[in-house]
Amino acid sequence: MTGGKVISSAVQSLTFTRRATVIGGLQVGIGLLLAGRMAYISVAENERYQLLSESNRVNLTLIPPRRGWLIDRNGKPIANNRSDFRVDIIPDRTPNKEQTVATLAKLLSLDAEEVERINKELKQTNSFQPVQVASGLDWEKYAAVSVRLPDLPGVSPRQGFSRFYPSGAAVGHLVGYVGIASAEDYKENPDPILITPGYKIGKDGLEKHFEDRLQGEPGAKRVEVTARGKIIRELDTQSDIPGKPLKLTLDADLQEYAARRLGPESGSVVVMDCHTGEILTMTSMPSFDPNSFSDGIGVTEYGMLRDDDHVPLRDKSLRGLYPPGSTVKPMVALALMRAGIDPEETVGCGGGMRVGNRRFNCWNRRGHGAVNMAKAVYQSCDTYFYKMALRIGFDPIAAAARELGMGAKFDLPVPSQSYGTVPDPQWIVKKHKREWADFDSVNSVIGQGYVLANPLQLAVMSARMASGKNVQPRLLYLDQNPKIELLNFASDHLEKCHQFMSDVVNGPGTARRARLPLDGIQMGGKTGTAQVVSLNVGRGGMDVPWKFRDHGLFIAFAPVEKPRYAMSVVIEHGAGSSSAYPVARDVMTFLFDRQKAMEQLESLEKSWGGNIAERTAKKMTAYRAQKELEKAIAEGRIQTGSGDDTNENVEPQVGQ
Amino acid sequence: MSDFVPAPIAQLPWKTILLLLIMASFGFVVLYSAAGGSLTPWAGLHMVRFLIFLAMAIVFSRLNENFWKTIAFPVYIVVVLMLLGVELIGAVGGGSQRWLNLGFIRIQPSELMKVAIILAVARFYDLLPPSQIRSWSAIWPLLVLLAFPCGLIILQPDLGTTITVAAGALTIAFLAGLPMRLFVGGAVALAVLTPIAFFFGLEEYQQRRVTTFLNPENDPLGAGYHITQSKIAIGSGGIFGKGFLNGTQSHLDYLPEGHTDFVFATMAEEWGLLGGVIVLFGFFLLFRWGLGVAMKAKTRFSQLVAVGLTTTIFFYVAINLMMVMGLAPVVGIPLPFLSHGGSSMMTIMICVGILMSIDRHPGRQSSAFG
Repeated sequence: MTGGKVISSAVQSLTFTRRATVIGGLQVGIGLLLAGRMAYISVAENERYQLLSESNRVNLTLIPPRRGWLIDRNGKPIANNRSDFRVDIIPDRTPNKEQTVATLAKLLSLDAEEVERINKELKQTNSFQPVQVASGLDWEKYAAVSVRLPDLPGVSPRQGFSRFYPSGAAVGHLVGYVGIASAEDYKENPDPILITPGYKIGKDGLEKHFEDRLQGEPGAKRVEVTARGKIIRELDTQSDIPGKPLKLTLDADLQEYAARRLGPESGSVVVMDCHTGEILTMTSMPSFDPNSFSDGIGVTEYGMLRDDDHVPLRDKSLRGLYPPGSTVKPMVALALMRAGIDPEETVGCGGGMRVGNRRFNCWNRRGHGAVNMAKAVYQSCDTYFYKMALRIGFDPIAAAARELGMGAKFDLPVPSQSYGTVPDPQWIVKKHKREWADFDSVNSVIGQGYVLANPLQLAVMSARMASGKNVQPRLLYLDQNPKIELLNFASDHLEKCHQFMSDVVNGPGTARRARLPLDGIQMGGKTGTAQVVSLNVGRGGMDVPWKFRDHGLFIAFAPVEKPRYAMSVVIEHGAGSSSAYPVARDVMTFLFDRQKAMEQLESLEKSWGGNIAERTAKKMTAYRAQKELEKAIAEGRIQTGSGDDTNENVEPQVGQ
Repeated sequence: MSDFVPAPIAQLPWKTILLLLIMASFGFVVLYSAAGGSLTPWAGLHMVRFLIFLAMAIVFSRLNENFWKTIAFPVYIVVVLMLLGVELIGAVGGGSQRWLNLGFIRIQPSELMKVAIILAVARFYDLLPPSQIRSWSAIWPLLVLLAFPCGLIILQPDLGTTITVAAGALTIAFLAGLPMRLFVGGAVALAVLTPIAFFFGLEEYQQRRVTTFLNPENDPLGAGYHITQSKIAIGSGGIFGKGFLNGTQSHLDYLPEGHTDFVFATMAEEWGLLGGVIVLFGFFLLFRWGLGVAMKAKTRFSQLVAVGLTTTIFFYVAINLMMVMGLAPVVGIPLPFLSHGGSSMMTIMICVGILMSIDRHPGRQSSAFG
């Protein structure tokens, strides 16, 4: 570089002054820019930033609404809400999940299985969905977690309400249960209440069906929080609006009684008011405890339910389909009378008859001799019905069956019904691409072959026969019962039918042990036995393995003179109707004399080893021990030889 | 006034001291609120430090120009050695480090360098004969003087301070009369080199700061969090602010570093645009005074030093406020007189002290009293 001109101090000083002015000017310019920028942010954008500042500061916490109660016809709660303390984890706010769970497990003394469930749920659920750690905590444990909150990010202890089902397993299938909303639910309806800890939605049964009504309106609490989520103070609270209660036609006491009375059996009891169609009881046992499901069910408990051959997860009253067997005979008798058959006409029974090239036996191989309609019903003579069915054809019988509710799907607030089959000539062409044959009539008329019904349909059939009214089963309690039309059956026919059914129990019938232990109240009924498999040797009695035994069925109504209640009882693999009618007898007794019925039940429960809860607990312990053992064997900790012995000891008790 | 007050006290630059006192007191008020209405941990210490450094500045004001001339190069060398020391201790101790612990005090040599470079560069152009100002020998010593500190500071790594140091030195070179085309050319070269430097010269965290600055909403919970929260604090303050002790962004910890780098946001939330304008006006008065001192100064050294120091303080203010308002990336530079922090306050008060010294001794060679 070469100096173009000679620069003196004076020139330099001038340059300095000029350039310093430039710098001063630049500084003023930047200062004005900053002032302008600040004015823009704080004045023009003030509203926006104020909003952002507020949303930083204020945390809106939703308060899950209390669900509406489910109450029975007498106002007794079937599902209510219990105030409790609970702790949840919100996964995406929990940086170190394992350590958090470990700390909580120590604070709340959770067992290994609970920890396993929590960890599993933490892996499965979406990060924003709360995972329940524990509910129903006492104040000490709740406080223990609350004070450690600063070290437990993402953990949410709350005081709230949880669903409680006082009758437990007795109402499991009917009522369903509640649970945390699933990811799909949230995707469908991204309402923040769905991912609020403690908020549950109906997952099955009535809880699911009446979700909208039971749900209620969430409340909200506005709190001031720091950036780290620490709550500084509460600003205001808007309380929740609880869901509306739902009054059911059920009688909670009866429901519980029926559930207990079924004992260790797998079966169903349905009781209806035969004039109004109100369902007083719809029990299916064994069942699950909806309280367990609502709190997040443990691995072992769920495993036990799933592995149980008595299928506690299936609602047998609505989804169990059974060949109704001889319980259809009163209905067939009505059909025959309507078709003009004289009830006094006798038919000879020699223990069976030949139809085509096949022999159809009567259940009594020695035969019933001369059989009229009454005897055919109370002695359940198959031959009489074979012959009559061949005489009048099956169409009138199928029509009567449908009129009485067989094969029907009822308008009920339930997730699903299996409605079975009433076969007839048109059906068989459509379904099996063949013509109706005589043996089809013969099979169907004794409730076998293609005939399938669920226990509710059997109860409806019984109720309609008892009242002669076209009653529709109903679960919702109405203050004013709807007007119900009469069925197209002559009243003298119905009276005869009632007499036949009374004779089954109170006369020379097949279920004399079902006679009610009450003065002046008699029950009419009809036994049924449904073959499960065709056995080469004998019938499916107590001498064959449980799952090959016949189903035991019974339909009933009482009192005989002035029918009020109708019932169906189905015992899966009960080895015949003798498993079913004692249940019907005791449940019916309960409707008229609670104390007497309870005495009977208590002595029975003693012989079964405790009530439902006690037996479930025992079963669970055994199941857990067995799982432990299997695990130990799998891991090679125990020799298989000795393991087998122990296995037998811990096998859950099945059957009687 | 002179009748009652002894001359040495009456001669103090009272107007300047009052201005500084007001600004530091405002800082005290803001820090008091930032701590949730408490003197500890920041406000009390802030004021104590200010008063100590103010005393130091007044002592500095008694020293004359020759003193600063004499120490210019030695101070520069000592600070370079301290920077080297920081690097060595950091290398031994592992990890980057900016502090030098002398046992009784922890100092940040890169802060001191902001002053030392001004003195050294000003001294160099003071010694350079005017005829050589447009020659090569006016440039290479500047580059050498810059190379050591900038190299050492960028190793720390501290981009913000590096830029401040370089900018201070270049400002003096500009004022000393280096050819204008060098600066224009330099600006063009910078425009070309910036993208290259961005992609190849910066650490990833530095790159992220820049990209985040350009679009903070992209990363609201990560690096953009600072800028976003700062803008929320300033914006929600409105014209008159939320009121003393009523800031939520700062009190509820949404605003990070609300007592140091983002103290302006803390202030703006509670005092609003009004407070911001007052602070800006205060700085305007300070810089006007600084540049006024430079204009009044008679010698080349004191002229260059005065503008250089004023500009250094200006850089603090400008970079900090641009960062806080989302106009510049987040670089850790505090706001003079308001931010809590010893090293930066010391640097600024040294600048002020030297400016006072020049104000008092505008360079009359004949001046007999000191």
